[in-house]
Amino acid sequence: MSKLSLRNIARRYGAVDAVADFSLDLAPGEFVSLLGPSGCGKTTTLRMIAGFVPPSAGTIEMDGRQISSPATVVPPEKRRMSMIFQSYAIWPNMTVGENVGFGLQVRRLSRGEIDRKVDAILDVVQMRGLKDRYPAELSGGQQQRVALARAIVVEPEVLLLDEPLSNLDANLREEMRFEIRRLHDEFKITTVYVTHDQAEAMVTSDRIVVMNRGRVEQIDAPHVLYARPRSRFVAGFIGRTNFLEGSLQGSDVRFDGFSAAASVLEGSNASGALLYSLRPQAIGLTTQKPNGGRLAVEAEIAGRSYLGEYWDYQARPLGAAKPLRVSMGPNAVFEIGSRVWLEIDPAAMVRVE
Amino acid sequence: MTVAVSSVGTSAARPIRLSFDSTWLLWVGIIAVLLFLVVSPFVYLVITSFSAQGTGEFTFANYATAYGRARYIDALLNSLKLGAAAAALAGVFAVPLAWAVARTDMPGRGLTRILVLATFITPPYTGAVAWILLAGPNAGWLNRFFMLLTGAEAGPFNIYSFTGLAIVIALYSFPYIFIFTTAALELVSSEMEDAANILGAGAWRTMRRVTLPLALPAILGGLIICFLEAIALFGSPAMIAIPARFNVVTTQLFQFFGNPVRVEVAAAYAMPLLGVTVLLILVQRLLTRRKGFVALTGKGGERRPIRLGRWRWAMFGYAMLVATLSVFLPYLFLLQAAFAKAWGRGFSLDNLSLRNFHFVLFEHATAAQSVINSFLYAGAAATAAVILTLGVAYIVTRRLVPFGGILGFLCVAPFVIPGVVLAIGFYAAYAPPPLALYGTALILILAFTTRFLPIGFVNASAAIRSLNPEMEEAVRVLGGSRLTALRRVVAPLLKRSLLGAWLLIFIPATRELSAAIFLYGPNTKVASVMIFDMSEEGNFEYLAALALILQVLTLPLLWIGMKALGRDFMLRRNAT
Repeated sequence: MSKLSLRNIARRYGAVDAVADFSLDLAPGEFVSLLGPSGCGKTTTLRMIAGFVPPSAGTIEMDGRQISSPATVVPPEKRRMSMIFQSYAIWPNMTVGENVGFGLQVRRLSRGEIDRKVDAILDVVQMRGLKDRYPAELSGGQQQRVALARAIVVEPEVLLLDEPLSNLDANLREEMRFEIRRLHDEFKITTVYVTHDQAEAMVTSDRIVVMNRGRVEQIDAPHVLYARPRSRFVAGFIGRTNFLEGSLQGSDVRFDGFSAAASVLEGSNASGALLYSLRPQAIGLTTQKPNGGRLAVEAEIAGRSYLGEYWDYQARPLGAAKPLRVSMGPNAVFEIGSRVWLEIDPAAMVRVE
Repeated sequence: MTVAVSSVGTSAARPIRLSFDSTWLLWVGIIAVLLFLVVSPFVYLVITSFSAQGTGEFTFANYATAYGRARYIDALLNSLKLGAAAAALAGVFAVPLAWAVARTDMPGRGLTRILVLATFITPPYTGAVAWILLAGPNAGWLNRFFMLLTGAEAGPFNIYSFTGLAIVIALYSFPYIFIFTTAALELVSSEMEDAANILGAGAWRTMRRVTLPLALPAILGGLIICFLEAIALFGSPAMIAIPARFNVVTTQLFQFFGNPVRVEVAAAYAMPLLGVTVLLILVQRLLTRRKGFVALTGKGGERRPIRLGRWRWAMFGYAMLVATLSVFLPYLFLLQAAFAKAWGRGFSLDNLSLRNFHFVLFEHATAAQSVINSFLYAGAAATAAVILTLGVAYIVTRRLVPFGGILGFLCVAPFVIPGVVLAIGFYAAYAPPPLALYGTALILILAFTTRFLPIGFVNASAAIRSLNPEMEEAVRVLGGSRLTALRRVVAPLLKRSLLGAWLLIFIPATRELSAAIFLYGPNTKVASVMIFDMSEEGNFEYLAALALILQVLTLPLLWIGMKALGRDFMLRRNAT
């Protein structure tokens, strides 16, 4: 049975659909991210799960029991969940220990037990030595760890995270991604994580829900999402990509500057314009014409940027209007204006809507 | 606190609709209180102005009476002239000081701030009394020194004149302009001035073209507040204008209130004062909301003081001159009078005495009680206003009810009602039966509460806006109720700001005269009214002693405020 079920939930503000027809089932212990640009409805969805916002339509169930519907909403304090906020919401009037112990106090645990659990969780997040400090004396990363400890120590049924890393600097953000995943692997708490940062979602999640304008675009595991995006939005939002527009002409699909046999392309039997996504990493560059089953297209290097970890080339197929972006390793050096061959695996071309 | 709490009443597992109903009830309750405090006095003021005395029939006769005599019209015009003169003078005092303190390396900037604060906490009527001692014709100290130095027959100074009154009012209202102007100047970043410098503008041109224009809306706003303060003031004009044989609106209103009480005529006569105030407050809001001012609310960036060079000490001299007029001289001669057997006998040892204090504190029938009354009523009013505005601010900021904006509007509305007008409204609404509150402590407390609601609301909503709602949500998601959140997180975090709001109401409420003079009864005399009475009797030694007692009792409160909220807590913009 699923831990948390969102069935066709929606949230309207006036005439605006902040969230529309959203359905999702979380398995016990699963880590799911809600990913999308700002204003896509991900935070509203999270707040509906938490009980701060009642849905306009649809229901939410936890362990088979309904906790949200347009008519009745179990208030946040009765949901046995916990949440990490964008601002951390560490209470500045309480010490680290008091912050972490608060939820246990509300649950009326004995003083000794509270102390034991607080110490244990502070060990886990490596904050034991700072138990008696006040939040104002902590760095951003340390406050983040307190927020994590405070949320986890109550052993919640569901853990909700609302852009928890967006206030940290880049290095710390990368460290904390792994920390969050490590804590999840240790405690196996069912988790919903809201972020606009695809790398964060990919590092932490079992599955990612990509949202756009209040609607679900695609729900899949990170690698599937990257390799097989289903919509133009997902392909463009997750990583970089080339969009190729083509049309069926006889047994071939004609693209800008080259064509491919329809039989080797997925979804090519439809009529009208066909849109494919092709990742820059799925294209090879060679000076010699490649042989084998792959597509070979003659092109000219129109531009390049060196980014240390890779070269970002712009290669224009001869006769094409738009160049394709191609990623190559740092040692693959091609001069601007030189003739090259593009090597494309047709299986990497993904038809998107 | 209690106000916001009842929204929590519903036990958590029940549907949210129920708690919605209880917040609705709360909304109705607060609306009722605000109707009682704010709307009803105003409505009664208008109705009364159209009611015939005794019968209550509809009539225009009150307006005919109120504007039927040339001297009543003259009093209106005098008020406008007085307001303009006092505001202009106050600008001359305040703007250079504000600029010097906020933007330059003038020595003694901290001292100047303290002296402005000392001016600010001096009640205008106390200042007026001190200036009567200083510049009364013949007997005034300045005249006596002049005669001593020049051998002339008479001194040139006469406080009992239009000019004298304008100067005294300006001396005790310039802190408003100072507060507005420093607040604006402190937001002009040095980078904006650097940008002008790098394009070739010198220091003076930069100040003229960049700094001052940016602060101009704030300066104008301060001038408007000063103008309104001057036309609404009762104490100083009553002490100075009446002996000088001219009237202003407030003194004329007081005469309509004399025996027999003609509240209907007074209500009609109060309308221009109310109208001018509403209009100018609107203008002031427009000014400070214009685009030019918005630029100032952004991040200020780094600020470096402007080097004045040789002018540093000239500027300091000017600051000390202003302080001499508003603080040093007045307090010196108030002290002299308070400790003198007779103030006219001057500074000699055999004139020293503690008798005045002894008399005021232990012998006078009502003086000591009046001080106690002042503090009791001010304390009650400050507590009521803080609780009420905190509840409203919480509800409005957290959007717990629809149309919360109305509640907020009602809380700030008294800002446009001068104290005198408010008192007449309270008299009209609650003096007659069934409530018959006239002469009770309650009517004073209610009037003070209403008068200072805006200060409470501005501070309470600023405090609550500074609290991230996620702080409360974090409590709830961990299993605590809204009540727990209020008790464990909101209240502890707001403690300081609420104490600040309380003091910002309490301190001026202990000095309030304009409303109290219309509403006090034989047993509810407050210190300000007592001082006013003594001035009419000419008992300057007792008066000085009482005024100093009131000032000294304020000092510990100021100290607490500074400890809790920082040195400038009374000189910040939300203090006014």
